[in-house]
Parts: sequence; structure tokens; C-alpha cells
Amino acid sequence: MVIIGAGECGGRAVLTLRDLGHEGPVTLVGDEPHLPYERPPLSKEAMTSEAPLIKAIASDKLLAERSIRHIHSVRAVAIDRAAHLVRLSDGSSLGYGKLLLATGSVPRKLPMPGLGGRCVYLRTFNDALAIRAHLKPENRVAIIGGGFIGLELAASARKLGATVTVLEAQPRILMRGVPAEVAEIIHKAHQAEGVKVLTGQGITAIADDGTQVRITLADRQDIVADLAVIGIGAVPVTALAAEAGLAIDNGIAVDENLCTADPDVFAAGDCCSFPLAVYGGRRVRLEAWRNAQEQGALAAKNMLGAKEAHAAVPWFWSDQYGLTLQIAGLSDEGRSTVRRDLYDGAFILFHLAEDGRLVAASGIGPGNAVARDIRLAEMLIAKRATPAPEALGSQSVKLKSLLAA
Amino acid sequence: MSDWVEACAAGDIDEEDVMRFDHAGRTYAIYRSPEDEYYATDGLCSHEKVHLADGLVMDDIIECPKHNGRFNYKTGDARGAPVCVNLKTYPVKVDAGKVLIQLG
Ligand SMILES: Cc1cc2nc3c(=O)[nH]c(=O)nc-3n(C[C@H](O)[C@H](O)[C@H](O)COP(=O)(O)OP(=O)(O)OC[C@H]3O[C@@H](n4cnc5c(N)ncnc54)[C@H](O)[C@@H]3O)c2cc1C
Ligand code: FES
Repeated sequence: MVIIGAGECGGRAVLTLRDLGHEGPVTLVGDEPHLPYERPPLSKEAMTSEAPLIKAIASDKLLAERSIRHIHSVRAVAIDRAAHLVRLSDGSSLGYGKLLLATGSVPRKLPMPGLGGRCVYLRTFNDALAIRAHLKPENRVAIIGGGFIGLELAASARKLGATVTVLEAQPRILMRGVPAEVAEIIHKAHQAEGVKVLTGQGITAIADDGTQVRITLADRQDIVADLAVIGIGAVPVTALAAEAGLAIDNGIAVDENLCTADPDVFAAGDCCSFPLAVYGGRRVRLEAWRNAQEQGALAAKNMLGAKEAHAAVPWFWSDQYGLTLQIAGLSDEGRSTVRRDLYDGAFILFHLAEDGRLVAASGIGPGNAVARDIRLAEMLIAKRATPAPEALGSQSVKLKSLLAA
Repeated sequence: MSDWVEACAAGDIDEEDVMRFDHAGRTYAIYRSPEDEYYATDGLCSHEKVHLADGLVMDDIIECPKHNGRFNYKTGDARGAPVCVNLKTYPVKVDAGKVLIQLG
């Protein structure tokens, strides 16, 4: 068994292979110099701590105990499917019976001239360390893109005292996947914390002289910053698969078992697109931590011959200041919404399809105020339930009781 | 070892639910199972120190509200990624309608 990509998904996959009793060789290949680690803290706790630490998914000791070979700082450069061989950047090659591609995604590049050393992206622990060094009270940080990673980073940068401007070309932040009512709460939280949020304005020019970045907006105003962090989405890492002749469709295309057209090659996590059973097989690609974890485990199972279909409901969270947002399902499947108010200003929007089916739930509030009800909503979505809108909207009706119905 | 501390009234917790209990600078979670038995564990998730009492109880599982890590609250066993460190559990008894937990 060979797994390419030692991230969330690859890390979970190798552990699952052993949990399921697989005794043959397991090799995990990763191009980063680290153990497989969690990325979510990179824009959150790790970014604000004095000395950021890696949050490893498995220690060297655990990998050794479970006889998992971890090859780090080495890239897989080609797959020879006919010979069942993976070629590595150090010139060696690995034979495989089953292969899992867990190559993840990388930040989308801003297609503009003028970018230099003060224009950076955040994906890896090393990226986080480099950004962290600039987050001090005397520095100005411009965040290009009002998506989750940029906004979490904005919150962390404020916590460390930096002056922060968020630039979003769309009419509002979090246009993709987050309802306006929820995005507005987050927008206001940033403003209250002193972040300047500019929406609806494209960037017309960037000039980076290596110490400062000058960003010119459509309305001709200039934003000058000591560091610009670009967070305009991610693209799946698919070149290796494409060169091996595997189909790419907004990610490495796999079936419900996470298998490509080659029965010996699987793909999972941020790098793959797959049919989502809960929405009638709609093909999606997710960039979410729990999905990477679940798909890593499922791919491992299916590499051992289980043929189990991916049935999970997408789920995502984000932390900014004291607020946590959680979304279960894909809200664009909904046609109408019902709002349920919880305590301390927390609320959940339930998204219903035309036929009344609950298809998604978006919640926001302090701490973990929305967690339990979002989890119950997720179970209702998985059951394809059609709960009465009045019940969803009423605080006095327990969601757990709807699940039993 | 016989430090029994009163945590709450038996009726304060619904069946198949959980409640937070703070005592002497520490935090605990008290559970009432679907079989109407009471259990107690440390109150914070072993992944990122989040209050488990905001989580969801299903049968004998408590699911962490933050990233859905799972524990068996009767034994404290970690039952699913991302949690891998077990929770400490504490003996519980119900006496005259009060839930008592032994923090020895
Ligand atoms: C800053 C940040 C914050 C986030 N916060 C959240 C959050 O709050 N909530 C949430 O749900 N999700 C969050 N995410 C998303 C989540 O971390 C990802 O969905 C998850 O990491 C995907 O896991 P993966 O294993 O598929 O890919 P990755 O974690 O990207 O791992 C892929 C690995 O494969 C390596 N690789 C690629 N190609 C090769 C090759 N040819 N050879 C060898 N190695 C290769 C890469 O270098 C990388 O190490 C966040 C992501 C980031 C970057
Ligand atoms: S804090 Fe409990 S699972 Fe992460």
C-alpha cells in the first residue's frame, strides 16, 4: 500500500489501514519535511501562539510502532500504472498493490504582475511561520480575499496587534457557501475588532518592492502594507494523476468508493471530486478537514476491498475571535430558509429544498453555541428528513425529537 | 478517596444528555444515559480542551462539539479521530435525588 501526500487525509489513511488489521507494507510519501499534521490551527491558535508548534496527526513513535514507513521531503513525480510503480524525486521508486492519492490542494495564485517577497500564501506550517514573523503591532497586513483562511488570519493578526485590511472583490465576504445573514455577523465582528473590510472592489495593480506592498484598488485608492497575504481559494493538486492518464474533473475524479477508473488507484481529500450521495450523486470537491479525515479512512477500507460508498454529509467549521461558524450540508441546495435563534445571539439557518427536505444548516454564535444543533441537523440531512419548518424555527422544540420522528 | 461531591439534582439532566460541573478549579461532565444511569468524566476534550458538555450524547457516546471527536463516556475510551487520548472517568452515585461524584 502506497499513499502519496502526508496530510490530514494520507495520515488518517495509513493509521486506518493498520486499525483494520492490514499487515503488509504501508508507505506514506510526503514532500513536506514534517510528520502529517493538522492545518486548521495554522490560521488560528498556531498563528497567535508565541512559538507555533506542529499539531501532528501521528508521532514518529506511533508510525514506527505501527510499522508505517514515512518518507518525508520527497515528491512523487510519476506513476507508472502498468508497472504499478511510483517514481520519487530522490530517484528511487516504490512498487504498489493499491495506491492512494491524497495530494490535497494548494492556494490559488493571484494572476497579476508585481508580486514579490512580501506577497505570500498560507497552506503549510512553514508558510505560517513566515507570516507569523510579520504579525506585530507596528506592521500593516493586507489580506487579499475575504474567504475563511484570510478572515481567520485577519482575526489572528488583530490579536497580535497588527493593522489589518481585508480586500474582497465580491460584493460581500464569504460569497461561496455562506448565507449573507451569517457572513454579516462575521463582517461586523471584524469591523468591531478594528479590521478595515473593503468589499466589491477589484485590485488594479500591485507593486511589491521587497519591503512594502502597494495595492491599488478600482477606485484608485492605495493600500500600503508590510505584508500581503493572498487567500483567494485553493486548487486541487492533480498533475501527477493527470500525467498518469487518470480523469480530472475539478479534482481527481473518483466514484462513490473513492476509486479512479483504475481499480488499483484511489484518491481522497481536497484533491478529489466525488459523487455526493446525499444530493443524488452531485459531483463535488470539498476543502474541509473532516471530509479529508473521513475519506482517508474510507479509502483505506476500500483499498482493502470493502467497496463501501461515501455517504457523509459535508461539514465545516471556522473560528474567528470568540465566534464559531459551523455549516452542515451545502446551502446552495436550498430554496428557502428557516431561522432558529439560540442563546447569546447564536442562530442557525436551516436550508430547505423545494420539496421540504432539509439540505443544509448554517450556524454561528459564541463558542460552541451552535454545535449540538448543527450536529443534529447533519443527522436529519443524512436521513433526508422533511421536518416541519415551524418545528425547526421554534426554540422549544428539541431537534433530537425530530430525529426520532 | 471518599470525596463525594454533590454535582446536581438527578432531574437537572435530561435522559441521554450531559451537563457541565465545575468544582475546585476543575471542570467535569456529568452524563445521564438512555438507561437512566449517571456517569462522570473530565469536562474537557483531550484534543483541544473544549467543554464536552456542549456536545451531543448518543447512546454511550459523547461527541465533542468542536471537531466531533468521540468518547465512550462510561469508560472514557477515545472512539474516533481526531481524539486519541482517553478521558478520565469518576464514580457516580445518586442519593436522595442528588447526583454525587467521587473526585478522590
Ligand atoms: C490555514 C488553513 C486553515 C484551515 N482551517 C480549516 C477549518 O477551520 N475547518 C475545516 O474544515 N477545514 C480547514 N482547512 C482545510 C483542511 O485543512 C483541509 O481540507 C485538509 O488539510 C485537507 O487534507 P488533505 O490531506 O486532503 O490535503 P493536505 O492537508 O493539503 O495534504 C496534502 C499533502 O500532500 C503533499 N503532496 C502533494 N503532492 C505531493 C506529491 N506529488 N508527492 C508528495 N507529497 C505531495 C502536500 O505537500 C501536502 O503535505 C484549513 C486549511 C488551511 C490551509
Ligand atoms: S476539541 Fe474535541 S475533537 Fe477537537
